[in-house]
Amino acid sequence: MPDEKTVDLWVAGTEEPQFSPTDEGAQEFGPDESEARLADQFGRVIDDDYLFDDEVAEDERSVINMGPQHPSTHGVLRLQLELEGEVIRRSKPIVGYLHTGMEKTAEQLTFAQGPTNVTRMDYLAPFHGELAYSLAVERLLDVVVPPRAAAIRILMTELNRVSSHLVALATNGMDIGAVSMMIYGFRERESILAFFEKSTGLRMNHNYIRPGGVAADLHPGWRDDVAAILDDLPGRLRLYDDLLKDNPIWMARTQGVGIIQPEEAVAFSVTGPALRAAGVDWDIRKAFPYSGIEQYEFDVPVGENGDVYDRYRVRVEEIHESLKIVEQVTEAMPKGDYRIDDAKITPPPRARIDESMEALIHHFKLFTEGFKVPAGETYVAVESPRGELGCYLVSDGGASAYRMHTRAPSFYNLQALPIAMADSLVADTVATIASMDPVMGDVDR
Amino acid sequence: MNTLLNDLATKFDAVTWEESHGQDVARVPPDEWYLFAAAAKDGGFEVCVDVTAVDWMRQRPERYEVVANLLSMEHRTRLRMITTVGRDDPTVASLTPLWPGANYAEREVYDMFGISFEGHPDLTRILMPDDWEGHPLRKDFGVGSVPVQFKTSHQVS
Amino acid sequence: MATAPPGNLLMTTVERAANWARTRSMFPATFGLACCAIEMMATGAAHYDLARFGMEVFRASPRQADLMIVAGRVSQKMAPVLRQVYDQMPEPKWVISMGACASTGGMFNNYALVQGVDQIVPVDIYVPGCPPGPQSLMHGILTLHDKIMTGEIVRP
Repeated sequence: MPDEKTVDLWVAGTEEPQFSPTDEGAQEFGPDESEARLADQFGRVIDDDYLFDDEVAEDERSVINMGPQHPSTHGVLRLQLELEGEVIRRSKPIVGYLHTGMEKTAEQLTFAQGPTNVTRMDYLAPFHGELAYSLAVERLLDVVVPPRAAAIRILMTELNRVSSHLVALATNGMDIGAVSMMIYGFRERESILAFFEKSTGLRMNHNYIRPGGVAADLHPGWRDDVAAILDDLPGRLRLYDDLLKDNPIWMARTQGVGIIQPEEAVAFSVTGPALRAAGVDWDIRKAFPYSGIEQYEFDVPVGENGDVYDRYRVRVEEIHESLKIVEQVTEAMPKGDYRIDDAKITPPPRARIDESMEALIHHFKLFTEGFKVPAGETYVAVESPRGELGCYLVSDGGASAYRMHTRAPSFYNLQALPIAMADSLVADTVATIASMDPVMGDVDR
Repeated sequence: MNTLLNDLATKFDAVTWEESHGQDVARVPPDEWYLFAAAAKDGGFEVCVDVTAVDWMRQRPERYEVVANLLSMEHRTRLRMITTVGRDDPTVASLTPLWPGANYAEREVYDMFGISFEGHPDLTRILMPDDWEGHPLRKDFGVGSVPVQFKTSHQVS
Repeated sequence: MATAPPGNLLMTTVERAANWARTRSMFPATFGLACCAIEMMATGAAHYDLARFGMEVFRASPRQADLMIVAGRVSQKMAPVLRQVYDQMPEPKWVISMGACASTGGMFNNYALVQGVDQIVPVDIYVPGCPPGPQSLMHGILTLHDKIMTGEIVRP
């Protein structure tokens, strides 16, 4: 007689069935229904009966392949899973399906064209990629951008953090089953993308933050647009908290799932919300501040358990903190130039080209040859929505980078995926991947 | 903060120290690569942020530079370790036993440059297809661009 | 929306009805690769609604899809996968190459990308842009609908 712990399988014709086949939807209880069984069936008691106690031979495990074309792998990620029943014993991420040779392309482009390349790596946080690259070039050039340019950069990158976390929430929700979250997340994102389009010209992949400052000043009426975003978003975020934060289904699917311990996270070079959710208080914006972000007051949310739920909460809190920063930046936005007034680096204003021969020559040389950067190497990191996004730039004195390497946060976060998915169920894979929020453009470059 | 580096400097006298735009760089001989990294890890550099390489082709006597960026969260400081590797059979010790996070980065360097890492658990191609021939980020591997009408630029075609 | 068919193309009422049915509920297969995939998701989201054309259901399985929107850059490693997914789709099927990278290789004229997805699969509509905004993608999709309705693109 099977005891309470094992899963009851009704095999046709072998045993007395619990319910007769015509009792579909019958409301009466069978003879064996007891309180304990009812609690089990209704989910009030979670029975850990999917972990096998006895050893299963290695060749009884099956290897299945998830991806690269898969609705839930956040891009072209391929996972090889070794399953024992429904439990994942080993997993191996296989990447490279989006490799674009961007580091090779960077050696062909001039330094002013560089941001067009870097912006397409982490395509959900394009401003952060451009910022890391521009800061590296400016450090090699030994120049400092004017305060207005620095403030515009912070405004754009923090709004980008909000839009990226909204996509993370949207896809997180949809993967786990809260499909309306997808619609909500993308709806909020539209207002931010409209703001970006007015200032930079594009909704994504902007090529706006360039070495020397930014490409153009903020559009007239930007304060009203930002005020509208700041008015709308907090209320909407409260609605999404109502939907997800104390939802028992959400909590059951995300709490205790995909746990990464803080020591594991540090060992695997995990950074960003995944590291902070594990309990490690590390944020580049506080540790190595860039572009004047130290003037603004904000907190860094840190989680406790390192599971999917904590990563979700950390991201929601980070949206609130970024909105705080955006508010402070709009109040304190300094007046002045939006780029360095150095004719060797930044092109002259368009109107001056009609008047001055020198301006025309500068413009010509900057856009055909490009400006030369003194030889040297440097590494600059910014805090992107996924973690530490760094740019290692080597110049040999020419007009294009000799070597440009991007330290991609998702590349390193994916290494912790087998640890997070160890001994969990196949259904938890989806939740874990969504919570690590990998962007495959960043991973494969 | 600087006591960390001073300790390392006193232990390893074959290492030359530089400052590159405000960041500390240690040039380590290749046979001391692993020992220096282990000492750095014991000294407080808990995180290996990045491992990458640069191909200097004929500009330098040793063709490749392998660069590892370390981070100490406790002391809020970074350190860059650079070593040089020759063109014939480039090999350097792997940092994966110390920092598991260097695993994928070293695979990428192997894939892109052909530099082998001794002691790496799984040194296979990661970004290119498994049967790809050649190492794309080497300077003698062409960009592989197709000719585009009307476009003449400094791009290698 | 249907214009006069070109040339001497004769269409029976049955064909016209079949074309109408095909365009009104075209299911796209999820083949979002890179940045264009985000704009494709934005097109399916609330602001630029693809559901009004019957297309908000992005089928994960190629067996249930008729339209493959190749959204993003196709690397050398991904090319055989792309072909396999295309082959698994049942006829009639159409391909929209979304974005500059899918159409021609885009700004990445190098070893790693297939320079235009039409080297691997036959493409019906090319949508330019980097990434094309949702309005451009919808224009591409509606152009495809038009071409099917008029019989310009014929599938057995």
